[in-house]
Amino acid sequence: MQATPPRLDIFVDNISVTYSNARLALYNATCTVEPGAITALVGPNGCGKSTLFKSIMGFLQPSQGQVRVGGFPVQKAQKRQLMAYVPQSDEVDWNFPVSVFDVVMMGRYGYMNVLRIPAPKDRRRVMESLERVDMADFRHRQIGELSGGQKKRAFLARALAQEGKVILLDEPFTGVDVKTEKRIIDLLMQLRDEGHTILVSTHDLASISTFCDRTILLNRTVLASGATADTFTADNLEMTFGGLPVGRVRQISQRPKQPSHQTEVDA
Amino acid sequence: MNDFPIAALPLWDWIVEPLQYGFMIQAIWVSAFVGLVCAVLSCYITLKGWSLMGDAISHAVVPGVVVAYALNIPFAIGAFLFGFGATVAIGYVKSKTRLKEDAVIGVVFTGFFALGLVLVTKIPSNIDLFHILFGNVLGISRQDIIQTLIAGGITLALILLRRKDLLLFCFDPNQAKAIGLNTQGMYYTLLSVLALTIVAALQTAGIILVISMLVTPGSIAYLLTDRFDRMLIISTIASVCSCVFGTYLSYHLDVSTGGSIVVLLTLLFILSMVFAPKYGVLAQEFRKRSHGAFEEKHNQQVFINKS
Ligand SMILES: Nc1ncnc2c1ncn2[C@@H]1O[C@H](COP(=O)(O)OP(=O)(O)O)[C@@H](O)[C@H]1O
Ligand SMILES: [Mg+2]
Repeated sequence: MQATPPRLDIFVDNISVTYSNARLALYNATCTVEPGAITALVGPNGCGKSTLFKSIMGFLQPSQGQVRVGGFPVQKAQKRQLMAYVPQSDEVDWNFPVSVFDVVMMGRYGYMNVLRIPAPKDRRRVMESLERVDMADFRHRQIGELSGGQKKRAFLARALAQEGKVILLDEPFTGVDVKTEKRIIDLLMQLRDEGHTILVSTHDLASISTFCDRTILLNRTVLASGATADTFTADNLEMTFGGLPVGRVRQISQRPKQPSHQTEVDA
Repeated sequence: MNDFPIAALPLWDWIVEPLQYGFMIQAIWVSAFVGLVCAVLSCYITLKGWSLMGDAISHAVVPGVVVAYALNIPFAIGAFLFGFGATVAIGYVKSKTRLKEDAVIGVVFTGFFALGLVLVTKIPSNIDLFHILFGNVLGISRQDIIQTLIAGGITLALILLRRKDLLLFCFDPNQAKAIGLNTQGMYYTLLSVLALTIVAALQTAGIILVISMLVTPGSIAYLLTDRFDRMLIISTIASVCSCVFGTYLSYHLDVSTGGSIVVLLTLLFILSMVFAPKYGVLAQEFRKRSHGAFEEKHNQQVFINKS
């Protein structure tokens, strides 16, 4: 294995995704996720956040466009254990007969031999990850026997155990209490300071400006992206959540930063 | 067991008497072996939600068996090729149409099965359709035993080698992909061991009942435990015991072997459905009651049952 570059960006180049029901879930999405920063992916329900995540992770094949992670194609980046993914809660079978410990250990498979017999180092990493999210005491629980916040933390621990430089979290704050949200945010900020590239999808608008360095606004395509201070404006939010014709959207996203927070768009 | 007619005989005789016949010894260990293979795979299939796929493969092997006899090649090869071919066809049709998977499965496997019926009545051979449909472990030939052992042995070896990856694939295929595993390869590995297992079980249970041996043991175990390794053990015990005792029953009562194996399995399933300590009907009822009583005492408290 070659030495991996310390910082990895994600480059999404003109991606379009059509599901089998012939619906265009995402079209011409282009954006860059900067390394060493927390980026928020913001948009209303059904706007394609999970679809963009799945395209970045290579779980689905876009009908056009490509994704590069640190310059690598996605599959190559994954073979090198560069990319960790924390799924949205409704994508997990919570009745599956596995314990929290088993799940976190699944983050280590890429480092093990074919038989996936854990080495002492793997066990150590798993325990460290569990401790880091404060879940060590729950490691023998079946995954369905956890609260919403504990479930999130268990899967976050799996991402930590995988030691990926790039971490994608799909709606990590949904169904989580304020205290857990704060704890997850603190952890994400620590990870950022360690040089990880972090992409978080969320529709909790209130907390974004408190911890996200950058913001990508999405509604079936990338409407705006950049530093949170520039991107996270009332105008842009109105555009993202209000649903405007595409022509007007382009115009707005290319306009320089607006000092006024007044909404002048009328949908 | 007291109202059982044969229980009048001492138990020892009941067990030993059939063993004086070579064909019985053979039938018992062959079906126990098949029970073991099915039990192990069954844990993966039930968790993956592929029981319908298993049903499809088992019906789709029929034309393969007929063609194999016509070409004078081992039945297992023909059966495997057609069973596996059906799953490829299902995957292809699904990716090319907007139909839901269950509809695609229904269309494809009945098509294969019907083709098998047509062939078996047209191609002259000494195939007994009844034996394909319902199994014939008491009359199993040496050659068929060898084929069963090979198919089952490959299955066991593949699952043993890839058990962790396959479990991850069943639980979270996306994570498998995220750590760089070849999920396409695992998909086809699981499908081909499913087809192989069905081939192995063909002579014991027959194509109609084989799906029971692939779904029921795993389901029994899943109701009884939350741990995958225990699930494997419980499933194996339930399956092997049912196979052995089912074969005995079919001898003593002179009934279908496959039938009595599956009846036993189903009885075990009903028992665990009712009495399982955590997920059984009684346990759930009991929990509801005691919560109810608790609620009456503490009128304010609201209990939300975990789904
Ligand atoms: N597997 C699928 N098949 C068909 N349509 C889908 C599928 N997954 C998502 N969609 C559709 O694509 C759109 C985007 O979905 P998604 O990416 O999950 O949005 P978000 O995560 O932002 O809520 C939605 O309209 C949704 O209905
Ligand atoms: Mg989503």
